Amino acid sequence: MKALSVLYDGLVRKNPTFVLILGMCPTLGTTSSALTGMSMGLATLFVLVCSNVVISLVRNLIPDKVRIPAYIVIIASFVTMLQMVMQAWLPALYASLGIFIPLIVVNCILLGRAEAFASKNNPALSAVDGLGVGLGFTAALTLLGAVRELLGTGAVFGARVYPEDFGSLIFVLAPGAFIALGFLIALFNRLTSRQ
Amino acid sequence: MLEYLSIIFTAILANNIVFAQFLGICPFIGVSKNMESAFGMGMAVTFVMALATAVTWLLQHFVLLPFGLGYIQTIVFILVIAVLVQMLEIVMKKTSPALYSALGVFLPLITTNCAVLGVAIIVAQKDFGFIHSLVYAIATALGFALALAIFAGIRTQLELADVPRPMRGVPIALITAGILAMAFMGFSGI
Repeated sequence: MKALSVLYDGLVRKNPTFVLILGMCPTLGTTSSALTGMSMGLATLFVLVCSNVVISLVRNLIPDKVRIPAYIVIIASFVTMLQMVMQAWLPALYASLGIFIPLIVVNCILLGRAEAFASKNNPALSAVDGLGVGLGFTAALTLLGAVRELLGTGAVFGARVYPEDFGSLIFVLAPGAFIALGFLIALFNRLTSRQ
Repeated sequence: MLEYLSIIFTAILANNIVFAQFLGICPFIGVSKNMESAFGMGMAVTFVMALATAVTWLLQHFVLLPFGLGYIQTIVFILVIAVLVQMLEIVMKKTSPALYSALGVFLPLITTNCAVLGVAIIVAQKDFGFIHSLVYAIATALGFALALAIFAGIRTQLELADVPRPMRGVPIALITAGILAMAFMGFSGI
């Protein structure tokens, strides 16, 4: 039961993108299409679950004073692993996400979950927390990517909804990222405040 | 000389780190509520970015590459930046309390500012020379400071505007940033 509420917290009530407004750089930088947004979300999800579990396992071994550098090293190790795996098996995707893969290290969501959850809870619950927050992040990035792709090119995941000529290119470019995210957060605020 | 001028122009305006490359968005949204803190943050980032780029460049070319350790670049860079920021804080506290009281509060935030690590990695990926890297880092940081200052000016005005409730705070700030990004896109035509 507790696990379900932790999962729901990460997905909706404390959604990293729409409620906590964390990890904005990859959110804006990689969502020019639904597919790249989802890939970035899943990459972050992988690192988040792994680092949460490991940090939770070693939480009683790390002295309090050096915990932040220790967390950063753990997170950076998983990011490096992810980089090597993606370079080997998904080179095209790795190239399109570019600098945002190594920059998962400085994504505040990861350090935030390590400090706020994994350092205080057991490994199983920390894995669920990582999964919930990661899925919340992935859902937000996929949604933003889908909206931008739809408005910009008239397609979602490459499937055409209306002819490309009616799309407005600005949504695929940089300004569209800011504007689309602004309206999505406003919409999320409106929907959650009504309850 | 002309080559460096074009690097500076591109990094500050046409390829602005906030509006075109989406790096350093968190401090951009978080610390731009008034002009004073925007200026302090801008200066602190400029200082750290120049220093971090210089140190990581030397590490990359004299340690990581010669010993074939390129794959641990991410771990090494983030640790170097974290240590650098910590050292800077200690040195600043001892030697110039005035500077410390102006920039001190921003220093811990900079470790997780993705712009600093981002520039270090971009410089390593594009294989810039030492001077080229340094000029690029400083110009990029100035572009960040410029974006922060413009945005702080707009946000103090926004405080007075009657914004619909769900749009208050971050949403309206993001939409404003989008319109600013459109303005900056104009520079890439030059």
